[in-house]
Amino acid sequence: MDFYFGLVQLVGVHTLLGLSAYIVLLTGQVTLAQAGFFAIGAYVAGMLTVLAGWHLVPALGVSALAGAITACAVGFPALRVKGLMLVIATLAFGEGVRLFFFNFDYQIAKGEIKLGPVGGEGFRQIRFFPENGWSTFEVMLFIWAFVVAIMALLWWFDRSRYGAVLRAVGEDEVAAQSVGINLTAVKVSAMTVGGAIAGIGGGLYAHYTTHIEHSSFNVLVATFAIAYPIVGGLSSVFGTLLAVVFVQALLVEGLRDLGDWRNLLFGALIVLAMNLRPRGFLDPQALGSLKRLFGGDRSA
Amino acid sequence: MLDLKGISRSFGGVHAVSSLDLTVGEREIVGLIGPNGSGKSTTVNLITGVFPPSSGIVFFRGEDIGPLPTHRRLQAGIARTFQNIRLFGQLTVWQNLWVAQNSPEDRARRGFASRWLGGQAAARDEIEQLLAFSGLAHKREELAANLAFGEQRRLELARALAAKPRLLLLDEPAAGMNSEEIGRLRERILKLREHGMTILLIEHVMELVMGVADRIAVLNFGQKIAEGPPAEIQASPLVRSAYLGGEA
Repeated sequence: MDFYFGLVQLVGVHTLLGLSAYIVLLTGQVTLAQAGFFAIGAYVAGMLTVLAGWHLVPALGVSALAGAITACAVGFPALRVKGLMLVIATLAFGEGVRLFFFNFDYQIAKGEIKLGPVGGEGFRQIRFFPENGWSTFEVMLFIWAFVVAIMALLWWFDRSRYGAVLRAVGEDEVAAQSVGINLTAVKVSAMTVGGAIAGIGGGLYAHYTTHIEHSSFNVLVATFAIAYPIVGGLSSVFGTLLAVVFVQALLVEGLRDLGDWRNLLFGALIVLAMNLRPRGFLDPQALGSLKRLFGGDRSA
Repeated sequence: MLDLKGISRSFGGVHAVSSLDLTVGEREIVGLIGPNGSGKSTTVNLITGVFPPSSGIVFFRGEDIGPLPTHRRLQAGIARTFQNIRLFGQLTVWQNLWVAQNSPEDRARRGFASRWLGGQAAARDEIEQLLAFSGLAHKREELAANLAFGEQRRLELARALAAKPRLLLLDEPAAGMNSEEIGRLRERILKLREHGMTILLIEHVMELVMGVADRIAVLNFGQKIAEGPPAEIQASPLVRSAYLGGEA
């Protein structure tokens, strides 16, 4: 049973990673920086609980803040460029963060052993959950409390004027500024919110795996971050969750028995999914029929 | 209201607009006509700050608005429509108007306290008025991309009005319309003027410009070649040879 709880934990953390990119993608910006904010959140939260002896909840708050501040700082210069240039700029940032942690040593002696990040070896013994006697099930509930809260927040954003403004910028920047929308403010704010979400996700990730290292935050993670909302569809936050379940539970775990063939089939199935549903699992049509199914027919 | 003083803009070696002077007075409707490529849309983009002029100054209500970025010019009171319609296609009609409420008054209304003190209701009322004005009330939940062409034009005009501008720049609003639709557009433009709007109308369709403009300026190769009341412009041999003559 613990295996399934562990899988649900993983799905939760990856959903946060995907949602951090979702809000940025709404403004039409493709970012490969999310793994960087995820890494910062992971190391910050880990160091606070292990080295400073904090409780995890305030540590996650600081992770969110660290992710938000970095994202805001990266957002101002990076969002001056568009399209492929932005992809390269954010990719460079993400790799820069990874290489920083590759070289980052900061250890403090705790009794017999020294704890803290050691460059390429990574940061071991992030044992907040086992030390406090949390079961896998309780950890799962804890992670999902954050996932549910953040999904609710983004769902509410989507329905608010702010959500419409994000989508307006994503559709047509010239028209958006012509109706008085400050493009820089909107894009940087989306980036900042995304950074905070990635920071929380990273902090949770560090604690349920108990061991992080630079390679846990490579380009593949950044690619997954934008792949989830794109495969799931940008019409709703639930699309991202659906895509994470599809990729992590069905593809990665479901195909594990296939051994080496898994990676091949994995790629092929994602290509197939995008071909069958080019605008994501939850495209506007799918969302419309779901609404009619559950909310009574209001649109017709 | 609007004062262009010797504005120029070149792209590469092409002088799209060269030392143009143009004044639009309070509550005036000024028509700006000229053949394709004569610099009309460039003029709109220079006024709204989509790109800066190579030289010259744009005054709005007596102030040089050169340093203001596009979204600040809208907030100062200059709204526009686009020659090729640029709606937010995946937003609903309602949302298109909602995101465009960016006048200083609207922004103050979204402040934390005033939001709960009737600010939201006032914003909704204004959207309702705009929907009624443009005859789109029954389409409020429709995605803008799914509207018919004429409805999209009407929505774009309503979206420009959502920020309660003082000056409205209409870039070929009648393009692709039949004469019945043009008639209704003319009524709307005149109604806006009654409410105190100043309008710079860029248009190819003579039927519309001649009918509503108080004054017409004619551009050719980026230069103003004539300016005056509609009757005078229609009779001017210079304009005929440059513009009307070219097509006849």
